Amino acid sequence: MDVRTELKEMLLDIYSDVDFDNEQNLVDEGILDSMDIVNLVTEINDNFDISIGAKDMTPDNFNSLEATTALVQKLIDE
Amino acid sequence: MLFTSYSFIGFLAVLFLLYYTIPTKYRRALLLVANFCFYYIADPRYIPFIVATILSIWYAGIRIGDNWLAQERGLAEMDFPDREAKKAYREAQKKTRKRWVIAALLFNLGIMAVIKYTNFVIYNINGVLGAAGSTQQLSFVNIIMPMGISFYTFQALSYLFDVNRGTCEAERSLPRFALFVSFFPQLVQGPISRYPDLAQTLYNEDPFDKKNLYFGLQRMLWGYFKKLLVADRMLALVRTVTGDPSTYHGSYALVAMLFYCIGLYADFTGGIDITIGVAECLGIKLQENFNLPYFSDSLAEFWRRWHMSMSSWFREYMFFPLSTSRPMGRFAKFVKTHFGNALGKRLPLYLSSFIVWFATGIWHGASWNFIFWGLANWAILMLSQELEGFYSGMRERYAFFRTSTFKVIAVIRTFLLLALLNFIDCYLNIIHMFKTFLSIFTTSNYHLLFDGSMLKLGMSGPDFIAALAGSLVMLAVGLMQVKGGSIREMVAQKPPAFRFVFWYGMFLIVLIFGAYGVGYDASQFVYNQF
Repeated sequence: MDVRTELKEMLLDIYSDVDFDNEQNLVDEGILDSMDIVNLVTEINDNFDISIGAKDMTPDNFNSLEATTALVQKLIDE
Repeated sequence: MLFTSYSFIGFLAVLFLLYYTIPTKYRRALLLVANFCFYYIADPRYIPFIVATILSIWYAGIRIGDNWLAQERGLAEMDFPDREAKKAYREAQKKTRKRWVIAALLFNLGIMAVIKYTNFVIYNINGVLGAAGSTQQLSFVNIIMPMGISFYTFQALSYLFDVNRGTCEAERSLPRFALFVSFFPQLVQGPISRYPDLAQTLYNEDPFDKKNLYFGLQRMLWGYFKKLLVADRMLALVRTVTGDPSTYHGSYALVAMLFYCIGLYADFTGGIDITIGVAECLGIKLQENFNLPYFSDSLAEFWRRWHMSMSSWFREYMFFPLSTSRPMGRFAKFVKTHFGNALGKRLPLYLSSFIVWFATGIWHGASWNFIFWGLANWAILMLSQELEGFYSGMRERYAFFRTSTFKVIAVIRTFLLLALLNFIDCYLNIIHMFKTFLSIFTTSNYHLLFDGSMLKLGMSGPDFIAALAGSLVMLAVGLMQVKGGSIREMVAQKPPAFRFVFWYGMFLIVLIFGAYGVGYDASQFVYNQF
């Protein structure tokens, strides 16, 4: 399973009724709150064996599935 | 120097005149001098405290910045045998930076803690001594409280954290950094600006733009409208009622609770309007600190829209690092192993959130009622989080919960909840607060609402009319903003005669109906005490 698909599954576990393929303002529109982000980050860190730190936990990195995928991919490559 | 004092208006008039007449290259120097004059006029004894913060964080920032540069050079020039060696090098550099952060953090939080919390600690020690039967009591110490220390310390620390994270470069110029920390409109009650945001606009040397001046003055006028027409009147009544809980309960408490909620909004947002307006007059753009918070349909949403600079500070510099820290990760694993996945996910989050809300409470004031206020917010937020599944089920099942009627009900419910939570601010004694709150339901003295008794609490009949009319104007402006409108932009597009009548009329309203003059003393802003 690629990073994007795995992330999408994690997001759908949190909110099954959100269109994560098209939504571009997940944080700005309050769909994902800080609790959701922390839960997501914990799961990502565990699943991908990377370390998303507080400095990466910005709205820009979690506003869309694409942005989060890019962040995770970058940390995997580092 | 109060924002509502004549001396402040005089200070601004001189500053604006000089600011726009001297060559632009000297503006920042003038502004820095103005910052320290403002602070000096407030109390010369405040100066060493802010200077200590500026120097310590500026120096630590440079050392951290140097370390980042050395790391970049090292990574480019050194030959690492493998990926692990490279990682170890990075970790070693990170540790060095961390030492500087911790040193600066301890120094600055230490200053703030000693100033703000020494007497609170003594108060609690005395309480314990008394409970243990000892007659010995420690004496309280007389410590000055530098104006805005919580705000400028947090602002300076946010810069330090950002430099450490590598999200902004270290500011090597001491005058520029001092200007950022001491920018005088923000010293009174925030907002807590981030260096990358404020630096973009603080150091600009744009030529004079009359639109900035007009819009800034208009924003200030709107702030004075809220503060002088609404806040100072309503808060005068609140002070009378909460100052004597044994006399004022039942209907008095209900009126005070609602007036405090409206008054606090008018006071704080009014002050921020003045702050943003003053900055705008100087061509400096500050971040908004509110986004129509009383139109929120839940407490969680409210905290995303109220005092946003403080909420985001606590979220980004405390909640996120804490909840993703290694100890919290270990705690999560422990809970998962012993109590299952569901609790393993929740408990670390709730614990982090508890710590953050405890800190938020004590940041607002060194007393148990503020800590209780913070933890009450936490408890309600966590309960809402737990009930989210239930709410979403109700929304799916019943169409009513998706209607705008329900949205209005939810907004009113949230407002009433906030009125209760904010009421905790008013009483140093939590037992008194609860007794007074319960008296709203148990004391049947509601005839006092109509027999003139409410006119003996520091607000006359005309005061009530002015404050309530002002509140309705605030509501109307808020509703207009919800629909995406802007009064300033709308008026700006009207003919000059209309604009003149509108703004001059508003100026006269503030001048005539503002709560000042003989017998009135324009009050300090509520948030100034934090």
